[in-house]
Amino acid sequence: MAEAALTNIGASPARLSGWRGIAADWSSDQRAFKNVSWGKAMMWIFLLSDTFIFSCFLLSYMTARMSTTVPWPNPSEVFALNIGGAHIPLILIAIMTFILISSSGTMAMAVNFGYRRDRVRTAALMLATAAFGATFVGMQAFEWTKLIIEGVRPWGNPWGAPQFGASFFMITGFHGTHVTIGVIFLIAIARKVWRGDFDVERRGFFTSRKGYYEIVEITGLYWHFVDLVWVFIFALFYLW
Amino acid sequence: MTEAAIHVEAQQPSLQLHAHAPGATQAKGQQHPIRLYLVVWGWLFVLSACSYLVDYFGIHGHLRWSLILLFMILKAGLIVAVFMHMAWERLALAYAILLPPALVLVFVGIMVFESEYTHLLRVVFFAPTA
Repeated sequence: MAEAALTNIGASPARLSGWRGIAADWSSDQRAFKNVSWGKAMMWIFLLSDTFIFSCFLLSYMTARMSTTVPWPNPSEVFALNIGGAHIPLILIAIMTFILISSSGTMAMAVNFGYRRDRVRTAALMLATAAFGATFVGMQAFEWTKLIIEGVRPWGNPWGAPQFGASFFMITGFHGTHVTIGVIFLIAIARKVWRGDFDVERRGFFTSRKGYYEIVEITGLYWHFVDLVWVFIFALFYLW
Repeated sequence: MTEAAIHVEAQQPSLQLHAHAPGATQAKGQQHPIRLYLVVWGWLFVLSACSYLVDYFGIHGHLRWSLILLFMILKAGLIVAVFMHMAWERLALAYAILLPPALVLVFVGIMVFESEYTHLLRVVFFAPTA
């Protein structure tokens, strides 16, 4: 009986595409997201809600920056570094951007190897992703320290509009928290992959449900989202 | 029978994966050549480098803003479409996830008006008296 039901929802061959497909999927009186498991759908919905949170941060930053009569500090100068005697604008942020993009690349490949059930490569690539993420957070800690020493506070800074500090600490702080949680998430799942939990379908210690390699893709969704948010922060806060 | 079947579906969607085992719908759906990821990775590097160069060469005004936004949207699109596999999902999911954030643009519009008004009031009433 279960078998019949499953073939019904699992691999029904003819599904409409385009607008008719959307209408059919949503009005089918069953699940709206065909061939997407609950785990993946819920991660997407969580990411949607997180999008709104970051949208609100970036919007409040925009409002503060547009409505102040005091000039906004020039991010290109604020985040410049002296490396080997050369004064390079925004270099730290550029390096952080490349690190996060690299971590997204390794994550995408981890998902791929996961679906091929290549246990060792999947775990190794996930750990590489986590290492990139930890490096990113480390550089952010360095950046915060540098700015705090220079006198940036949530209520003021030496260069211009006082809202700069509040926007900076809120936006990058919240993003850094997301990266940190992502690193923990990655290490936890990489451990399970390494141990072969998804090959033997070992049950989780808390949920006592069987795990599948799909969790690697779900972890990947979260990680790519963190990178995605950084794309917007980089463009709208650091480059604008 | 039908009711029970629906119950099973609601309770244990993961069974579906299990039933079809490796190479099932789910796995096949998101199997793409590694090359594709490497190409996208390369493009993300190029686009990031371009947006950094906008700042490095100190391009200003409308050209700067439009270039920044262009590179931002291209990067975001590549990440969502390829890395997050949205390009291969059914439209019902893609629209459910991508349309709501697009509505944030309305909010942006509202706040642009609001902050211009605040700015005007500050200039008019709080200008330093000479």
